[in-house]
Amino acid sequence: MNKLVRSRLFWPLMALIMLLIFNALFTKNFFSIQIIEGHLYGNVIDILKNVAPLALLAMGMTLVIATGGIDISVGSVVAISGAIACSIIDGRIGNFNNSLIAALTLALISGLLCGVWNGLLVAKVKIQPVVATLILMTAGRGIAQLITKGKIVTINSAPKVNEYYFIGAGYLFGIPFAVFIVLIVLVFILFFVKKTAFGLFLESLGTNNRSSHLAGIRVDKLKLITYVISGFMAALAGILISSNIKGADCNNAGLFIELDAILAVAIGGNSLNGGRFSITSSVVGTLVIQCLTTTVYALGVPPQIISLVKAIVIIAICLFQSNQFREAVFGRLMVSKKSKDLSAKKGAQIS
Amino acid sequence: MTTKPLLTMRNICKGFPGVKALSDVDFTLRAGEIHSLLGENGAGKSTLIKVLTGVEKLDSGQIELNGQEIRTKSPKHSQELGISTVYQEVNLCANLSVAENIFIGREPKKNGMIDWKAINTRTKNLLKKLNINIDVTQTLGNYSVAIQQMVAIARALDVEAKVLILDEPTSSLDTAECEKLFGVMKQLRNEGMGIIFVTHFLDQVYAVSDRITILRNGELVGEFLAEKLPKIELIGKMIGKDYDTLSKTIKSSQNDKEAEKEIFLRADKASSIGNIKEFSLDIKKSEVLGLAGLLGSGRSETARVMFGADKVSSGEIVIKGEKVVLRNPLDAIKEGIAYCPEDRKTDAILGNLSIRENIIVALQAKYGLFKFIGRKEQEEIADRYIKLLDIKTPGREQLIKNLSGGNQQKVILARWLATNPDLLILDEPTRGIDIGTKAEIQKLVVKFADEGMAVVFISSEMDEMLRCCSRMAVFSEKEKLGELEGDEISEQEIMKMIAGGK
Amino acid sequence: MINGILKKNFSIIVTIMLFLVLFIAGALTYKGFLNAQVFLNLFVDNAYLIIVAVGMTFVLISGGIDISVGSVVAFVCMFSADLLQKGWNPVVVMLLSLVIGTFGGYIMGYMIHYYGVQPFIATLAGQFLYRGICYVISTESISITDPTYSFIANYQIKLAPKMYVSISVIIALAMVLVTTIVLKYTKFGRNVYAIGGNEQSAGLMGLPVARIKIGVYALSGFCAALGGIVFSFYTLSGYGLQNIGLEMDAIASAVIGGTLLTGGVGTVIGSMFGVLIQGIIQTIIIFQGNLSSWWTKVAVAALLCLFVVLQRVIEARGQQVKQDKAVKAETVISK
Repeated sequence: MNKLVRSRLFWPLMALIMLLIFNALFTKNFFSIQIIEGHLYGNVIDILKNVAPLALLAMGMTLVIATGGIDISVGSVVAISGAIACSIIDGRIGNFNNSLIAALTLALISGLLCGVWNGLLVAKVKIQPVVATLILMTAGRGIAQLITKGKIVTINSAPKVNEYYFIGAGYLFGIPFAVFIVLIVLVFILFFVKKTAFGLFLESLGTNNRSSHLAGIRVDKLKLITYVISGFMAALAGILISSNIKGADCNNAGLFIELDAILAVAIGGNSLNGGRFSITSSVVGTLVIQCLTTTVYALGVPPQIISLVKAIVIIAICLFQSNQFREAVFGRLMVSKKSKDLSAKKGAQIS
Repeated sequence: MTTKPLLTMRNICKGFPGVKALSDVDFTLRAGEIHSLLGENGAGKSTLIKVLTGVEKLDSGQIELNGQEIRTKSPKHSQELGISTVYQEVNLCANLSVAENIFIGREPKKNGMIDWKAINTRTKNLLKKLNINIDVTQTLGNYSVAIQQMVAIARALDVEAKVLILDEPTSSLDTAECEKLFGVMKQLRNEGMGIIFVTHFLDQVYAVSDRITILRNGELVGEFLAEKLPKIELIGKMIGKDYDTLSKTIKSSQNDKEAEKEIFLRADKASSIGNIKEFSLDIKKSEVLGLAGLLGSGRSETARVMFGADKVSSGEIVIKGEKVVLRNPLDAIKEGIAYCPEDRKTDAILGNLSIRENIIVALQAKYGLFKFIGRKEQEEIADRYIKLLDIKTPGREQLIKNLSGGNQQKVILARWLATNPDLLILDEPTRGIDIGTKAEIQKLVVKFADEGMAVVFISSEMDEMLRCCSRMAVFSEKEKLGELEGDEISEQEIMKMIAGGK
Repeated sequence: MINGILKKNFSIIVTIMLFLVLFIAGALTYKGFLNAQVFLNLFVDNAYLIIVAVGMTFVLISGGIDISVGSVVAFVCMFSADLLQKGWNPVVVMLLSLVIGTFGGYIMGYMIHYYGVQPFIATLAGQFLYRGICYVISTESISITDPTYSFIANYQIKLAPKMYVSISVIIALAMVLVTTIVLKYTKFGRNVYAIGGNEQSAGLMGLPVARIKIGVYALSGFCAALGGIVFSFYTLSGYGLQNIGLEMDAIASAVIGGTLLTGGVGTVIGSMFGVLIQGIIQTIIIFQGNLSSWWTKVAVAALLCLFVVLQRVIEARGQQVKQDKAVKAETVISK
């Protein structure tokens, strides 16, 4: 039981379950799932479908944060990737014959390039991550506008529109296709983290950069990789988002989504200072956020107020992650227990 | 010398979670004396200083200044009471000007505004007293550590201090600079100031001290008059063992066959700009090579160059007869080199990771990203080294930050042994760890060499170097001065070399 | 001597030169660009940003970051518009805005210092919170019709015939002047530099770290609120989606103006020129006519990138130089 409570997954899962219980009690038909034309419909399915882009971003963000970095450019990368994909499908740029493959490939490559750019600034030029990614965050939407020539691209009349729409909004075996994408990516990343030394190296360099370097870890290379993964995830998320609305809106696509991704990582119990991390927890964190959003909608509260709720959640998480705060609030009680634990450990060491 | 007590500390106790840093320590400082506070690393010197200056709160005990009980709440408070401190690391702001560093927090004002003119002229005069002529409006970061240290002292002096604490101020100063500092110290003593002098260099203790207080393991050993305490006894009291038993050599038995040893690594006219001037050095298998010199002399920099942590700007490194380019530590690890850095906390341990992870990380790095060591194998490796090095821990999943310094060091040693190195570089491997573990590590070092490994050993403690090393390269001011071998190795010889080097 | 002055003010000279180059380029390329009012409009249009950038500069010098400022500006506009609509006294509204902004900054600073929350995260929470409150007030745009506000907004201070500045410009310039003096000639100002240089040392030197650090965020909150008031003069309305990304403009201004993001170095004057450079880029793009306004963002980002990389290069070279100098300095000592 103790081990369960201490697991990183415990608190986000608890939060999710509480939210679900709340909804079961107060929101009508929250759990009802209907089958219409062979597709599953309902609030729960909606949450799963809508969370997909955020879940992808959060996975990338978790890796970046594990190294002690942060990537605030993902929202802009979402806009760039969406702009490229839609422009190609609509035949506005290049000579690709409205090819779906070209659209997806180039959109994903743009994400990789953005990641390389961020990664080089952080790992090679050694600029603080917030600032390094701030550059692309500021420029990214402008670049996206450049691609779409300042217009909102709609692809309703493009020849491959249905195929493209399927990626973000289609159903496979009755379940949203986006869910499959998230699961495949999740499995792939988990494999990379757990079955290669990637996870160990990330936790090592997030814990202590200098020590890791002197222990032979190629710190720069690994940091670069995490930003590239984050960029790739943002591009994929951008495809899902633009596919869902059948168009690219450079001003609003992925606006503030970087903040949600960071929030998800925090809700997942990952320290924002880097070090130990759990991809799965972050994904659960995104579910909490999405569930919260759906709940607010379902309750009929103006949806904009969600940012107020998020602010309160961030503050609460930060304060509970802070030792100083816990000491100040829970006082000697907790502290004395802790030191007892420590002295008990000490005893064990000596004996 | 007067006998009026200026500062008395009685029954001082201070504990950190799980550690008793000070128990019932007494300390008395008289006006007009230089009082050395001695003890090994971890003896409680710095904790005592921190308690006195209000950086740490004391658990129990009394502090009296001029007969009045005081309880310092913060460094600022202790300064106001007349207790000034100069720390080992320069605790100034490198981005501010020299003058501002001296006056910040108590700037002279004119019409409510800071009077920069006064600050600059007063600084100039103050530094003139210390025989330093520099542009005081330049940012401090533009000057060498030695100058920065002098500025720190000047700052302390300007606070009209009654008690001046010098916490290892000489570790980055050369001989001439030390002499200058001692001159200033004596001058201040004659003016009636009480000076607490913390240092590692025993010669310096005898050069200036009137009195000596020794701590060991957080307890008071005693207070002595400097002239009545021979050095050999002093060392005995510091380490708590009979000097004779410690001085027994544990050097390798194969010392005599020096010439036959195979050369593993050769540095040929190598240099690294800003770190170490051109040097040549052979490192042979089955021997312990010492790199001697004071802190900042270039000994650690030499180690870092051989490990690929600092770039080679000219010359070359040859390993087993082949020229190699070490672009980063990983290249060096692949060549069979291992390096325990000087600063364990910032450069070696991965605090939030387990002992297991800390041990396998270098081996995994050597294998690369995709040749992953399975969990079971990781556990086997960790358990093997926990047993081999006698690491005291409840289990391999314990976080390394919860271990004592000595056990942390053993884990780092295990990390490198796991990579099966041909050359093991140890920079201050025994700093800040208890005497028992210290002796264990020293024995291990010699044992590794006996088993055929090349070992490079760096330590500030001369005795330890003398005991372990069969050959020594001596450094000073970022330059290799020469080598000593066999019977030539003695403290006098090394000191002579360093002193004559400039 | 002159060499020394040049060296110490190198980065700000670069910034001013850049401003002049852009201005001259604009003047040579476009007709009507070389007009005093075009120049004055740089101040008129960016007065609020200058004020916000002043607060940001303090935070950055202290080694922190404050990304809540954009939301604070939006909040103050929204809050003022709402209260004014309800017939509150405009002076009371302004004072209340300033108090709330300062107090919000104080709370964030408190969390950062005493609870060890990262500045980025603490102010991120602030950003969400202020935006959220905007929407609680209203999701629609509210216009300001209060006569006092309208008067201040429309008042033109004539400098010469056909040359004027607004009251906001005077407020902004006054802020720049006062904060420059504060940074150079008061204990608070110098302590901000000290903390940004080395917080631990600052503590050991007996400086009141907690007070300064919290004070810096409170000041930034104050400046953001003042910027908000000035912005409400400029637009005479409040809207919850206003000024998204303003914090990034403020940070970019400070960096272009020579503030080091690692803390310890920077000037308010530099940040002001940083704002003006952004303004002139915008003006050039408007004069160009066929370019959209988002080119400004790309250009500013490129400049930001250039300056940040430059800072790194200078820093890296500085370390080298220092080591060479170290040897020389030692010889000075022994003389």
